[in-house]
Amino acid sequence: MTAIAPSPLQPYDVQAVRADFPILSRQVHGRPLVYLDSAASAQKPKAVIDTLTEVMSAEYANVHRGVHWLSAAATKRFEEARTKVARFINAADDREIVFTRNATEAINLVASSWGRTNLREGDEVVISWLEHHANIVPWQMLRTEKGIVLKVVPIDDRGALILEEYERLLASPRVKLVAMTQMSNALGTINPIREVIRMAHARGVPVLVDGCQAVTHLGVDVRELDCDFLVFSGHKLYGPTGVGVLYGKAAILSGMPPYQGGGDMIARVTFEETTFKDIPQRFEAGTPAILEVIGLGAAIDYVSGLGLDRIRAHERDVFDYANRRLQEINSVRIIGSAPERAGILSFTMEDVHPHDLATILDRSGVAVRAGHHCAQPLMDRFGVPATARASFGLYNTREEVDALVAGLERVREIFG
Amino acid sequence: MRDDLRDLYQEVILDHGKHPRNRRHPEDATHHAHGDNPICGDRVDVFLTLKDGVIADAAFEGRGCAISVASASMMTELVAGKTPAAAEALFRGFQALCTGHDDADVPGVEPADIERLEVMSGVRQFPMRVKCATLAWHALSAALSGEDRASSETKGGEA
Repeated sequence: MTAIAPSPLQPYDVQAVRADFPILSRQVHGRPLVYLDSAASAQKPKAVIDTLTEVMSAEYANVHRGVHWLSAAATKRFEEARTKVARFINAADDREIVFTRNATEAINLVASSWGRTNLREGDEVVISWLEHHANIVPWQMLRTEKGIVLKVVPIDDRGALILEEYERLLASPRVKLVAMTQMSNALGTINPIREVIRMAHARGVPVLVDGCQAVTHLGVDVRELDCDFLVFSGHKLYGPTGVGVLYGKAAILSGMPPYQGGGDMIARVTFEETTFKDIPQRFEAGTPAILEVIGLGAAIDYVSGLGLDRIRAHERDVFDYANRRLQEINSVRIIGSAPERAGILSFTMEDVHPHDLATILDRSGVAVRAGHHCAQPLMDRFGVPATARASFGLYNTREEVDALVAGLERVREIFG
Repeated sequence: MRDDLRDLYQEVILDHGKHPRNRRHPEDATHHAHGDNPICGDRVDVFLTLKDGVIADAAFEGRGCAISVASASMMTELVAGKTPAAAEALFRGFQALCTGHDDADVPGVEPADIERLEVMSGVRQFPMRVKCATLAWHALSAALSGEDRASSETKGGEA
């Protein structure tokens, strides 16, 4: 909320941005760090690091409890962060923001609280082939417990959602929830989430959006999307680990029972009976991640200060450049070619397993992820056990893409 | 820096990785175990045919990185003709080799066998890759003890 809308004419000075991230000046194996793994977790700007230190040094106490000055100060900082999150995603009301441990817990909260209350045996939850395990496994657990049915919207060979198939699945009157990612963490595919939500709402079906990647790469406006739930994690948004966000429409959250029981979520406890607080505290049992939440607020200030539009334009430039450079390497196969993509490039190299590739890149200082990216069904869909994934954040440069390409040449040299 | 990589990806390893020996599924196998590395999705199936108290044949199927495939391939060559006890001893010797411990102390290990495995010792410089090198051996050990599964993340997780 302290962020000043930047002028669109102001150029994006990526070197100045990089200087905000202390870790980017370090070396790895004697080479400058080229960090291309922000989709797994993003690095932290000094503003976030300093905020954590500052709060611990001057304004730290437990929140929502003491009458003493420090507790009030910490509570104020904590609740200000909630407001920052609400504004960042354009929620109508701060009470719609629930802090969780991470996005995974946010989905589990919905599955556990909303799902157990609203889903019956035979009811259907629609997900897509692009989901992270975090948006598959909680529903499978509910399937085991309640006998719900999981329906999966297929994707085409480019890695794009097949909307006709989605429409076909939606036609079933048993569909009670759509839970879908806005942007694939493994392929970078951007789903037509507005359309997905519109079609579901036309049948009265609520939609949970996994916004982990979208929140940082695209920006999310929950009122414009009209999604019923949105989940994301703080650490992918340049904030600390240990904090995730569940956004839920107030009317829906208000009707949901608590997720976990404990302190901070109760109105009154006797041994006979307990009454629960209103939202969002009802879902925040126990001492929350106070520092991390305040740190997330600082991260949001930082990102808003740079301007999501400018970040998006910069990332688009680096992504397009990387896409082009990788396509020039004959033995590289980019996995996923959906028309709408951002920030993430998954690829394989002929005759080289992604792990070997990542090990060799690492020795050049280039950090990429190799593996299934917590999306094994998606890997199966493309017939690969794993891929290498380069993901780009607001601090990456074309020069770093060149370092990636040089590293891949080194891989070819070793593997012949 | 570059030397580390050449140590890891020696010609012998690249050769076994590209042209693995004994990658097949013998119909008459008496022992079998499946090995999983859930972190990376690598999988290996080890098949052993025990006859007259020795491993008459060892084979594997699976997918994985050059290190894990080469290691499985070399393992099948080395354990053929050995008793289960000798194969287990070699596994311990190999673990010691991969983690940089003194490997001379493992009893029952033929120095010639350890010498052949020496080529894998480059993984010492790559702690994240030790599990790749030992996955097939964990599966071998599981198969010999009558279990059908081994995972790099459960009891086999200590490399």
